[in-house]
Amino acid sequence: MEAVGPNPFLFVSAVLFVCGVVCMTTKRNGIGVLMGVELVLNGASLNFVTFSKFTPLGLDGQVFSLFVIVLAAAEAAVALAIALNFYNNHLTIDVDRGDELHG
Amino acid sequence: MEHLGEKLAALLAIAWLLPLLGFTIEVFGGYWGARNCKKAAYIAIGCIAAGFVCSSTALYLWGSETGWVALESASHGGHDEHSSATDDAHTAGDHGGHDHAATVVEHHHKQTVFSGCFYRLAKFGSLNLSLDWYIDSLTLTMFVMVTLIATCIHIFAVGYMHEELTDDYVDHQVHTHDGCHFHRPGRFYRFFSYLSLFCFAMLGLVLAGNIFQVFIFWELVGICSYLLIGFYVERHSASTAANKAFIVNRVGDFGFIIGLMILWTSFGTFSFADQHAADGKVQPGLFSMVRGSDGKLEATDGIVVLKTQQDEHGHWQVPPDSSQRKTIAYTLLIVAGLGVFCGCVGKSAQFPLQTWLPDAMEGPTPVSALVHSATMVAAGVYLAGRFYPMFTPEVLLTIAYIGCITAFVAATIAIVATDIKKVLAYSTISQLGYMMLALGVGGWGAGLFHLITHAFFKSLMFLCSGSVIAGCHHEQEMPKMGGLLRKMPITALTMLIGVVAIAGLAIPGTSIALSGYHSKDAILATALAYTKLNSVHFLLFLIPLLTAGITAFYMFRLWFYTFLGKPRDQHLHEHVHESPLVMTVPLLVLSVFAAGCAIGGEEGVLFRMLTHSQPGHVAQGFNGLAAQTVSLPSHDAIHKVHSTAGSAALLAAFCGMTIAYLVYGLGLVNPEEIKKQARAVHAFLANKWGFDDLYDTLFVKPAHVVAKFAAAFDKLVFDEILHTVVRFAVVISKWDRKFDEGVIDGFVNLVGNSTYSLGIGLRGVQTGRIRQYVTFIAVSVVTLFVLLFAFYPKG
Repeated sequence: MEAVGPNPFLFVSAVLFVCGVVCMTTKRNGIGVLMGVELVLNGASLNFVTFSKFTPLGLDGQVFSLFVIVLAAAEAAVALAIALNFYNNHLTIDVDRGDELHG
Repeated sequence: MEHLGEKLAALLAIAWLLPLLGFTIEVFGGYWGARNCKKAAYIAIGCIAAGFVCSSTALYLWGSETGWVALESASHGGHDEHSSATDDAHTAGDHGGHDHAATVVEHHHKQTVFSGCFYRLAKFGSLNLSLDWYIDSLTLTMFVMVTLIATCIHIFAVGYMHEELTDDYVDHQVHTHDGCHFHRPGRFYRFFSYLSLFCFAMLGLVLAGNIFQVFIFWELVGICSYLLIGFYVERHSASTAANKAFIVNRVGDFGFIIGLMILWTSFGTFSFADQHAADGKVQPGLFSMVRGSDGKLEATDGIVVLKTQQDEHGHWQVPPDSSQRKTIAYTLLIVAGLGVFCGCVGKSAQFPLQTWLPDAMEGPTPVSALVHSATMVAAGVYLAGRFYPMFTPEVLLTIAYIGCITAFVAATIAIVATDIKKVLAYSTISQLGYMMLALGVGGWGAGLFHLITHAFFKSLMFLCSGSVIAGCHHEQEMPKMGGLLRKMPITALTMLIGVVAIAGLAIPGTSIALSGYHSKDAILATALAYTKLNSVHFLLFLIPLLTAGITAFYMFRLWFYTFLGKPRDQHLHEHVHESPLVMTVPLLVLSVFAAGCAIGGEEGVLFRMLTHSQPGHVAQGFNGLAAQTVSLPSHDAIHKVHSTAGSAALLAAFCGMTIAYLVYGLGLVNPEEIKKQARAVHAFLANKWGFDDLYDTLFVKPAHVVAKFAAAFDKLVFDEILHTVVRFAVVISKWDRKFDEGVIDGFVNLVGNSTYSLGIGLRGVQTGRIRQYVTFIAVSVVTLFVLLFAFYPKG
């Protein structure tokens, strides 16, 4: 079986990343934005794992991806709490309505 | 014996410093005490009375430790049964008829002069500026005299100044703009604090052991005098008189400073006595350097070689090695002596600086008694006596003539003065002239003798006049008085004692007399002996003799005018009352001393006490070469003419008294008639010989002219220069303002404005839309990567 190089992995990771970014920029729903963030993070995690496999990075990449997962979980918890509060104040979770800090 | 010196110094230092302590308490305590509180007076009296006790103790200690050697006569060197004699000459000295106290100086068995240093203020090279003490019988006698008189006067002042014991004192001699009398709080405590400060200064002056220290206290008594003359400062006459006294004294002190400078440069020391250094070396004092141990002052070719080396007997000699010799030009010594004497002229109100003393009578009467008759003005005579060894015969001749002129001029003015205090003031000047004359003609003992007796009877008379003034409700003009004998008998009789004392009356043929006779007698005898030696200077005897007659005349005139005859102002007379006990008791005490302090005359205790300190060279006299200089009489020579001079003086005094009695007592001749007959003379005398006018023309008016010129110069020149500078400054500042506003402010505003507009511009970026931010971030990251890959160097 022909050995698989890092490129397919990196490609998938890039697709994930781009999908996440597009999701973040286009979704008006706050939950959708959070989902985009998860995609970006997962893309990054996949990159870490890929480089730990194909470069002398060793286990460090995998450890980092674990950290990213934990971080994503924590971030999701915080972000959901924010979304809840936002809903309490605006009766919606449309992120475009939260522009009170504009200049 | 050193031990004794320390003890004396401690006692006198206590007497000296107690009034300073009193002054401090009174000055600071006065503000929180009530205005009607007499505490300040009690503190002042307590301090000075304690000082009197200390001084008397010191005198007694000195006498008993030295076996009363001062009271022994020369020919009876052994006997000293006078150890019981007290300081103030109550015991008549019957020392056996015919000896001369003068030669006592040769009988020093024990040390009687002590000196030392309290505290060194500063040291410049070899010159020490220190607070020293110099104690001999003169110091002790002066201490007892000053503290005793001051105590009496302090007590008297409690009564005299009682009107000040109020919150609302009305000064009837000062009018405000609306025509009312001037009201102010009483200043009782202030008066006593000034008196205490004066006592401190005066005692310090007497105790001083070097001429610089004398100068310090000299100025201190001067400022006290200034403060006390100007006590009623709201009265224009009082403040002017205070200024006059101060300024005239400055003239004298200018000479004093010149003298000090010469002494410093030529001698390198200010100390009177020899100084014992810590390493056992002895530095000669001024007197030793000039006079040595034998009292001779020798000048060769106009140069005096100072005696700065001790031989094996402890006598000061000229160093044999000429390289170690210190010299001073003889003329410089004369100038130094004249300079110091100039200070004395100012302080003792001698011709030509006598004009301040009569004006000084603006002060309260106790001040006139203490400061301007008994003590401060006598300080000049005291200094002349203390500094006597430094005076060359030429200086002494000057002193004699100055004294003689002063005595005569002042006495003649006193004849026509009508203010009771002014008469006494002129008589003070006249008597001070007598003292100076005595010192000048070689009567060291006689001059200081007269100082002490005069202090007693003149302070007595001033206090009597104070009592009269208080009784007459501050009327001082004698023409409004008259017939006060019945109304105030104690004052009148004590005053009579003073008058008899100053007039120098005695019972002919005996020596029963009051103090003034003895001292004046001594002076005239010295003057007569002097004129016999130097017949050119015969006026030095004749004028004082004439003055003695005038003195008797004007003093009795004062007494008759005030106390006898019919009351000339009936309204005033009805309200006159005798003074309370607090004022009359001091009068009685002083009258006892005025009468008796000179008992025994030149054989008496007081004279012997004083002459014990006499500089060694005085007794033998001085034989000047006829062509060169004057001679001074020896004590033997003086004694020979004593009876002649005495009878002459007595005759003159009796003449004066008789004329006064005929004119003012019996009223045989109307004084107004005489005044009309000799109008020119009267006007001349009433104008004080024109001295005030003369000084006005000579100094005051030119000073005004110069001042006006200076004012005009200021206005026209300096002011113009200043104005130009100011205008220039204004122009410059206008330009400066423009620069500030245009350039500096513009720059700062520019920075501010651009920052502001930048902020406004960037404001749009902050939209608050999250999706937009995310887009920015994504686009930025992509851009960064693109840039990275595009420009990062490969490999």
